[in-house]
Amino acid sequence: MNQRASNLLDEALGLVDDGSKAWPLSGRVVLVEDRVETSAAFVLHHLVKRALSPHSSNVVVFLALSQPFSHYDRVFRKLGCNLGAQSENNRFFFLDMLMSEFPDGDEGGLVALYGKIEKVVSSLLQENKKCITIVVDDLSLMEAAANGFSNYVLDFLHYCHTLTSAFGCTLVALNHEDIYLGMERPALILQLEYLADILMKAEPLATGLATDVHGQLTILNRGMWDGQGSSRNRICNFHFRVKENGVEYFSPGSRA
Amino acid sequence: MTESICRALRDGALEGEHAPALTIKDSIASPFGFHVFTHVLTQLSSQILAGKSQSRGLVLVALSRSPSFYVDLLKRRGFDVASSKKWIQILDCYTDPLGWKDRLVESGNIAHLYSEASSRASLCKNVKDMDKLFTSIIELGKGLVGQGKVRFCVAIDLVSEIFRHASISSVAGLLSNLRSNDQVSSIFWSSHSDLHEERVTAVLGYISSMVASVEPLNQSANGLRCNSENLSLLERNYWKGKFHARFKRRNGRVRVMSEEFHVEQSIINFTPLSSEDEMINRSLLPKVQFSLQLSEKEQIDRAKVVLPFEHQGNGKPIQIYDGRRSLADSKNEAAPVATGVLQTNENSSTGEIIYLRDSDDERPDSDEDPDDDLDI
Repeated sequence: MNQRASNLLDEALGLVDDGSKAWPLSGRVVLVEDRVETSAAFVLHHLVKRALSPHSSNVVVFLALSQPFSHYDRVFRKLGCNLGAQSENNRFFFLDMLMSEFPDGDEGGLVALYGKIEKVVSSLLQENKKCITIVVDDLSLMEAAANGFSNYVLDFLHYCHTLTSAFGCTLVALNHEDIYLGMERPALILQLEYLADILMKAEPLATGLATDVHGQLTILNRGMWDGQGSSRNRICNFHFRVKENGVEYFSPGSRA
Repeated sequence: MTESICRALRDGALEGEHAPALTIKDSIASPFGFHVFTHVLTQLSSQILAGKSQSRGLVLVALSRSPSFYVDLLKRRGFDVASSKKWIQILDCYTDPLGWKDRLVESGNIAHLYSEASSRASLCKNVKDMDKLFTSIIELGKGLVGQGKVRFCVAIDLVSEIFRHASISSVAGLLSNLRSNDQVSSIFWSSHSDLHEERVTAVLGYISSMVASVEPLNQSANGLRCNSENLSLLERNYWKGKFHARFKRRNGRVRVMSEEFHVEQSIINFTPLSSEDEMINRSLLPKVQFSLQLSEKEQIDRAKVVLPFEHQGNGKPIQIYDGRRSLADSKNEAAPVATGVLQTNENSSTGEIIYLRDSDDERPDSDEDPDDDLDI
């Protein structure tokens, strides 16, 4: 049941048949936006879990700004994935950035961080591991660490973007939509939306709170430029319910 | 319409005038400026290759996509990439725009990863330096066409990226320097208008002779604010939209044209403004029980109806009795009958009105109120 239900998210992302094909998110930028009422951390967890699944040879580079390793370890253990073992196998690189700061007027800290990522990527490429997913959790904290200089964060993301186009890495980033609501020109989030190939938004239901629906997920999947696969932009919308060891996805109206 | 844009860019600059310049602007509600950019790029490239354009080469400043992306794009659109060095040069401001990678290599962090990726293009490692950017663009162009009178085109894929690193005035200076350079035949760039202050958009509009703007079909749907009802409406915005072009003539005349576009297989197609849009608008009107408009057949039918006061006959002049004596009446009166005058309506072929006058005192007909002697 859970397997079948989770297909709604996988379908929207084009993750349905792995094994036979290459990682479909390769070379793409995935932006996840959430709100304070509906956290979309579960989407990141899902993507990381999919990337680390035993069928694939994907490697995850995880930039953690919001939670310590022990938190992620607990969450993933519930999902049936041992992060400790994965990092021993060199498939999960955890960059703990909880305490990091990138003081204003100097981009050096972010350059060094990018350098770390590039080092990991280059060593993995030498080992002939092609599918690398870079996950940022989350961008608003990176902006805060850069003292609100969102331009530095954008520069950093631009450099990460060069990794996606040059080596087919996947860039997954989480950001909060509602903290930019009052702004006239929220450059960081707008620029990211332009950059993103797949844009996901987790929002509360328009009708208000419900006991068995925790929110809705809207996914815009922009077509690929190389003419393969689905070429037209697609939008999917479905509801979700976060449970202790997984998430249920279902079409609107199929639950009470 | 896009043809006229491409034609203007193809024809290039007149002696003693600035080169024609095109701004392509879009917003997040309809982010298809890049599609328009690649459309113009491929059109212009094919004209350069066919030798039909004023320019003999093209310098592409790549800020938002990698040079290899553009090489692949040209390959997919059927251009001969092997000979591309002869007519296109790519200035790579994408791979290392701020020199971070250089810094990392210098500090011995990692070996350079990018030697092969950047071999096709010349690398720009500091996009903050407008003078450097200008000279490298001109140098690349001269490398293509040589010194002298031969001109080349300049394409900048996303000026918004430069605006992030430099002030408005310095970027505007760069663009107008390029435009007024006597070896530049035409220049075009795209920008995301919602990333900038309004004055940036205005500045770009002043510098360019043509502004093409990409807009969503329905303005109300901004962003991804949605529920399942307007999802289909929203989805339409992600592969269709409106395209406006504003042309500025030398004498100051401004012409605005509109078209519609739809994107398929990452190729943008333009169509004249369709009535489908109107149909949708009409279907959004509240449903009314009666028809407010006539169909064509109904209009023809209505025109056929002969109104009762119109002459129903056979081509004879229409004589509507206006209360005065007509010519025919005066003829009849030439031979007066003592007791009355028999008047026949000669115009009617089917019937006649016979009118017997009571006495000669009575006036033939008058406007006087027959009831005015009533004492009410």
